[in-house]
Amino acid sequence: MRHQKIALVIMAVLFALAPLAVYPVFIMKVMTFALFACAFNLLIGYGGLLSFGHAMFLGTAGYAAAHSAKVWGFPPELAILFGTGAAALLGVVTGLLAIRRQGIYFAMITLALAQMIYFYYLQVKFTGGEDGIQAVPRGTLFGFIDLSNIWAMYYTVLVIFLGGFLAIYRVIHSPFGQVLKCIRENEPRAISLGYDTTRYKLLAFVISATLAGLAGATKALVFQLASLTDVHWTMSGEVVLMTLLGGLGTIFGPVVGALIIISMENYLAQLGAWVTIVQGVIFVVCVLTFRRGVIGELASFLKKPL
Amino acid sequence: MAEEIILETRALTKEFKGFVAVKDVSLKVRRGTIHALIGPNGAGKTTCFNLLTHFLEPTRGQIFFKGGEITGSAPARIARMGLVRSFQISAVFPHLTVLENVRVALQRKRGASFDFWRSEQVLRRLDEPARELIDAVGLREFEQTVAVELPYGRKRALEIATTLALDPEMMLLDEPTAGMTHEDVGRIEALIKRVSANRTVLMVEHNLSVVSTLSDTITVLQRGEILAEGNYDSVSKNPAVIEAYLGAER
Ligand SMILES: Nc1ncnc2c1ncn2[C@@H]1O[C@H](COP(=O)(O)OP(=O)(O)OP(=O)(O)O)[C@@H](O)[C@H]1O
Ligand SMILES: [Mg+2]
Repeated sequence: MRHQKIALVIMAVLFALAPLAVYPVFIMKVMTFALFACAFNLLIGYGGLLSFGHAMFLGTAGYAAAHSAKVWGFPPELAILFGTGAAALLGVVTGLLAIRRQGIYFAMITLALAQMIYFYYLQVKFTGGEDGIQAVPRGTLFGFIDLSNIWAMYYTVLVIFLGGFLAIYRVIHSPFGQVLKCIRENEPRAISLGYDTTRYKLLAFVISATLAGLAGATKALVFQLASLTDVHWTMSGEVVLMTLLGGLGTIFGPVVGALIIISMENYLAQLGAWVTIVQGVIFVVCVLTFRRGVIGELASFLKKPL
Repeated sequence: MAEEIILETRALTKEFKGFVAVKDVSLKVRRGTIHALIGPNGAGKTTCFNLLTHFLEPTRGQIFFKGGEITGSAPARIARMGLVRSFQISAVFPHLTVLENVRVALQRKRGASFDFWRSEQVLRRLDEPARELIDAVGLREFEQTVAVELPYGRKRALEIATTLALDPEMMLLDEPTAGMTHEDVGRIEALIKRVSANRTVLMVEHNLSVVSTLSDTITVLQRGEILAEGNYDSVSKNPAVIEAYLGAER
């Protein structure tokens, strides 16, 4: 465990110093997506559940936070809390519907639910349809930190990201996380030991949805925007990609995966639609050559879990 | 109370698409005994276990455990009532260490298994009792080994330790000594004997020497039906049993 703590400190320092070298908005984007991917990874990497609808939590939290900040005048901390709570609630409802399905059926039902949510947001008025909710005020955190200041915003996002990351780390290394790993490894055996595996999976699903929501709500404040992109199925696909690329079931993998994907989108932007193709190629290469993802391969090389 | 029946099935039947794997099995297992379920390959022994623990839905029939009906109860609930099974194909948690494998079973009874906000350090207090169980099955030197790396016989031993960790009133063991070396068989045999002191064991076993040493009662199953029942002497002299075994093996 010690090397993981060292890696954690290195990661925190890197993110804290990164804006000295790189455009802060870009790193904020990386951090929100990294948190999203970590939340997703908790479910698939440690619970063995492939959700193909995780965008619904990201997007719902974004809309809820944006709407509450813009229309109801919520301060940022409450807007984020409200957005996260909305995602948690959606997690409970969709989790109850999906959790008894196994394997590909679970993936399909999460996708179907996410599509329903997407079309709902496309129809209702408060989301602003194709335009989304724009010009969301960042507001003043706890009444005295003005988030329109880029540095205030940056370090708020950093704290949220690290907080979320640590929360996931703790869940993985908790008594609950231990049971979750057993369910992933051998569900019939876990049942035969008397574990109600459905309940554990449901709790994992809700925690994952909640943290995905935290990422979505934060993202809405950072970009002052909540739009259909975040609930679209391609977003659900992108988080799968990030996690696989970085290393499924590793702690740091999703962060690295998010960094790679977001960098590609940013720096290859002039390629236009080609970005998708480049991503596709990288994905294929990744699956063919280093199956365990960047961090997964590194961990197996170092013979240490990362 | 020696005659108390802890587990009873009434006309238990399981059909797979017209094929009857278990047919009208009425079984009574007395509390505190070791009861063996034997029979040729494909006789329906594992299917019986799957029915008892509700890993399969019976087509007909009823199951009673400690006097109450459990026919429709959820598998995890049946386990929590004290009827715990092992699996024919060794069931361990492959990427957990031997210690973690046993500990997770202890955790179900004593640990706060839904606590996602606590550190797994709280599980440390289960290390000692887990070690005792690991010792008992002869796996002491493998404590930190990842289960997938154990040889087959050791995996079986680990599975028994994990099952024992639940301290179940009744254990169902599906071929506990399969794939073990001679000395491992001896150790597991002694272990089963020892742990059966205050519990009931129903086991499927092909090793007839183990069966004869351990069992108080033997039920012979053939093509899903009970062929004979009794102690080892009476069963082994039963012409129908001899015929079934020779017929199946030749
Ligand atoms: N899920 C299933 N679907 C269809 N047939 C099955 C199923 N499970 C078992 N069977 C069949 O039921 C019969 C009994 O199988 P079972 O596994 O209970 O035998 P067994 O007595 O445990 O044999 P062995 O000694 O080889 O373990 C076999 O003919 C098997 O092919
Ligand atoms: Mg069998």
